[in-house]
Amino acid sequence: MNNRVLSLVLSRLLIALITLVIVSFAVFFATTLLPGDTASILLGQAATPEAVEGLRKAMHLDDPAILRFLRWIVGLLQGDLGTSYANEMPVADLIGGRFINTLQLAGVTALFSVPIALTLGITAAMLRGSLYDRIVTVLTIGVISVPEFMIATSAVLIFAVYLKWLPALSFANDVTSLTDLLRIYAMPVITLTFVISAQMIRMTRAAVIETLNTHYVEMALLKGASRPRMVFRHALPNALGPIVNAVALSLSYLLGGVIIVETIFNYPGIAKLMVDAVSTRDLPLIQSCAMIFCLGYLLLITTADIIAILSNPRLR
Amino acid sequence: MTMTHSETKSDRISGTRLGYRFNIIGMVGLSVILFWALIAILAPLIVPYPVGEIVDLDYFGPMSRDFWLGSDYLGRDMLSRILMGARYTVGLSLAAVTIACFSGVMLGMIAAVAGGWLDTVLSRFLDALNSIPSKLFGLVVVAAVGSSIPVLILTLSVIYIPGAYRFARALAVNINAMDFITVARIRGESTLYLIRSEILPNIVGPVLADLGIRFVFIVLLLSGLSFLGLGVQPPYADWGALVRENIGGLPFGAPAVMAPSFAIASLTISVNLLIDNLPKKIRDRSE
Repeated sequence: MNNRVLSLVLSRLLIALITLVIVSFAVFFATTLLPGDTASILLGQAATPEAVEGLRKAMHLDDPAILRFLRWIVGLLQGDLGTSYANEMPVADLIGGRFINTLQLAGVTALFSVPIALTLGITAAMLRGSLYDRIVTVLTIGVISVPEFMIATSAVLIFAVYLKWLPALSFANDVTSLTDLLRIYAMPVITLTFVISAQMIRMTRAAVIETLNTHYVEMALLKGASRPRMVFRHALPNALGPIVNAVALSLSYLLGGVIIVETIFNYPGIAKLMVDAVSTRDLPLIQSCAMIFCLGYLLLITTADIIAILSNPRLR
Repeated sequence: MTMTHSETKSDRISGTRLGYRFNIIGMVGLSVILFWALIAILAPLIVPYPVGEIVDLDYFGPMSRDFWLGSDYLGRDMLSRILMGARYTVGLSLAAVTIACFSGVMLGMIAAVAGGWLDTVLSRFLDALNSIPSKLFGLVVVAAVGSSIPVLILTLSVIYIPGAYRFARALAVNINAMDFITVARIRGESTLYLIRSEILPNIVGPVLADLGIRFVFIVLLLSGLSFLGLGVQPPYADWGALVRENIGGLPFGAPAVMAPSFAIASLTISVNLLIDNLPKKIRDRSE
């Protein structure tokens, strides 16, 4: 790795860091815009003005916003996520187990969708213009242009209502056997796999087609290389960077999908926790969840960018 | 003479009279969009039953002659509710996409023409805004200020301003490097003139296509938020909220669950089809 690549990667990381600061700023101030006084909301209608005043003091609500922001950030960096308004539990405890559940869901989805999407995307690009390619393209556009909940409800309708293979809703608390586990994961994973794969197929196909259009691939064709050889020896090694980039980018769509899927299937993950927190207006919980999501998203898109930089042979 | 005659005839069929040629798929997309636009405008006049009234004794009723799309979880007519829902889904999204694209494109053109620190600061800031996942942004704002129709429109447009900005800026930067812009600058034209008369006419085609794609994103996001119960609030209901209301009918396969989803899908897929089949003349005008 030479200096140029290193400086590019470093500047990308710096941009990610600056973005993270701006994002945390945005998240903090969006949540402090809340109309109404947090202290009086917490204490309820029967609170005396003195009690409200006392709580405001205790929570440092009278301090200027910038001071509270700095205190919040420092707390985050030290691993102190604050205390939930709704049930007085430390936010870190509430998030812990659920975060692992969400990661599991995302991991299993990635395990299924990446091989499926790569196979379909690359073969569609190889057979560009064929009936197969057209079917794949139409299906992916179809999946991309409908809301995630429609995919989820359709999956329930097909697999649970008509075929009766799976239960309609998943509950992770009464798991007794492997088949139970499969049944619980099946529906959310199927739904998410559809959503993610569609994005990934589209991007992979575009990346491979772009490489197939280059002069050196045309050269390979002209010198008489067979079609598979042309694709596997000449095009794919060069398309690897863009493909990995596409995979990382499409995995970032997991974040949006997971919010819907966890809600509809009652999956005890962090997204469900956040949606519930929004309905109870539990600010510390919302802030922490939002930061975790933004961090994950930023991590994925930064990885995608860095892979794109590293895989560019001109910079090597 | 005969030739001219046959030409005008084929012109009328393919729509060349407007100067543009649409193919069949594009036409289908366009007609579905026009259909929903018409429904959104005329909904109160054509609903078969009053929207809020319980008219069926059965809840989650099947499709029947009286209730074309069945009835919802309270026994209200589903067809009427979907027709009225079109107003919210189409109207809100249209308002949001107009604000988003107008501001995004204006800022993009200004950044491209002005350049320098304004460009850098604006790009950095909007990029940062762009790296907040859209659903999350919606969740946080709704948590903070509550859900009302103006808040929804504003939130949706803020979420999609960075995308529109990026797109317009990239196009405008290319145009900005052209000779006729340099000439105009030397003539001493103002920035406003450059934006309005030199850059905008050259990017308006792709920008309109981009507006269509962003409209799809906004419809999907709005439906998603409403589905989570954070979008349009009862007693009003857009298509996403209709799915949420009736999700309990899913185990029975009630039409009330799938019908609003199909309405959303028909709208978004049609817009995509129209954009994909737009005449090259509109889409790639900058090239």
